[in-house]
Amino acid sequence: MQTKYSWYSLLKAGLSGQDWDQAIPLIQPKSKYDVIIIGAGGHGLATAYYLAKECGINNVAVVEKGYIGGGNTGRNTTIIRSNYLRDEASSLYEHALQLWEGISEDLNFNVMFSQRGVYNLGHNLQNMRDIERRVNANVLNGVDAVVVDANEIKQQIPIINTSKNARYPILGASYQARGGVARHDGIAWGFARAASMLGVDIIQDCEVIDIEVEEGRVKGVKTTKGEIMADRIGCVSAGHSSVLAKMAGLRLPIESHPLQAFVSEAMKPVLHTVVMSNAVHGYISQSDKGDLVVGAGIDGYNSYAQRGSTKIVEHAAAAILELFPIFSRVRMNRQWGGIVDVCPDACPIISPTKVEGLYFNCGWGTGGFKATPGSGNVFAHTIAQDKQHPLAEPFHINRFTTGGLIDEHGAAGVAH
Amino acid sequence: MLLIHCPYCKESRDQSEFSPAGEAFIARPKNPEGISDDEWADYVFYRTNHKGNHWEQWVHANGCRKYFLVERSTISHQILQVAPFGARNSETEL
Repeated sequence: MQTKYSWYSLLKAGLSGQDWDQAIPLIQPKSKYDVIIIGAGGHGLATAYYLAKECGINNVAVVEKGYIGGGNTGRNTTIIRSNYLRDEASSLYEHALQLWEGISEDLNFNVMFSQRGVYNLGHNLQNMRDIERRVNANVLNGVDAVVVDANEIKQQIPIINTSKNARYPILGASYQARGGVARHDGIAWGFARAASMLGVDIIQDCEVIDIEVEEGRVKGVKTTKGEIMADRIGCVSAGHSSVLAKMAGLRLPIESHPLQAFVSEAMKPVLHTVVMSNAVHGYISQSDKGDLVVGAGIDGYNSYAQRGSTKIVEHAAAAILELFPIFSRVRMNRQWGGIVDVCPDACPIISPTKVEGLYFNCGWGTGGFKATPGSGNVFAHTIAQDKQHPLAEPFHINRFTTGGLIDEHGAAGVAH
Repeated sequence: MLLIHCPYCKESRDQSEFSPAGEAFIARPKNPEGISDDEWADYVFYRTNHKGNHWEQWVHANGCRKYFLVERSTISHQILQVAPFGARNSETEL
């Protein structure tokens, strides 16, 4: 039995020794559903939630080979922003950001969304020209953005090194005040619980081993918990998208790479915002728990191993110390990798495929977390109506054939 | 970190001397005017993205600067074999 969280439930559980109801039931799959979503990360669970909430499709299963939010949802650096250059990308990420702004109330689950602002630093004149161009594009698209100079940055972040003698001096930044961070597990748990309360079956420890296709139409999936039938299947499996595509006889314009991050020991509050730099390639924020959360880049080689090279970690640490020399004595606590599905144009694929009834939501690469609610929302509508949501239209897989790429690599896509 | 054997230098060196250069055996279409947009897309953008043993290209960027072929597991990162360019044209064909 699931009950709504409230002040009353908090008080009751607090007084009764934390006697909480189970957040989501552990269940076995039925033999048939209207829609199967493969992958119970944030994007997959969000898709299921919006299918049930906005599209009237409640007979939905989300199958997950591990546990909910155990993949990239639990491995990213939780940065949320929408200041992308291209109209198509900024509309999609802004849609997501607007959903983030109401998501805790909507899901009845505190995802600890904190709009503490995001700085994207510029270190040379060309960086600053690109930043001004992007900020202007953002403003025209209704996305909040301003250009700030080094003095303003120093006022806001006293510990940052704005010395002109730095190897890569900070000349300025773009600032998005509505950007910020959220609790990465929280968004998976929140969507899972809210979807499950709307009748969605979330089946963990259930790996898809084959996708059944007959005469160009999808029929169902074979899993480690038996066969499950459905006329419509949405694949939201990030780094393993190519593996699922192969089961259905498809290829994708995607390669899987390890992306690493690491956190320090917990400290008193020292950094109240998010700082990113494409040029030196590092990004950092401080979690509510107090640890510094640092993101690195991807390894250039293909991998499914959820670990990367130490030289990548070293590079990110060097970049962060260049910006914040004060952190040179901070001890790092944990380091890990996730497998990201990288598209040639650093934009996602939200699309039907050549197999009827089979849809893919993938290719988010290094920056999918920020899009979680928006991605699920437009993908749910795409599956429900068998027609792409208007915001998803530019992200059709056909763009690699027509040439209509959405190039976010140069402008905003390097450090997501 | 990987220890990679360069088949030209005949030395095993640290990964930091090398750069990965993508999937191997992707041949440019022989009749570029004659093929469809789908076939072009497949050549330019679509990739096999193997989970398992995978043939790829590396360049000895801080060494002899030559490209060569490596078969490596994308699950364990173990390098199974290396070969000079042109020594084989596909996963099976020598």
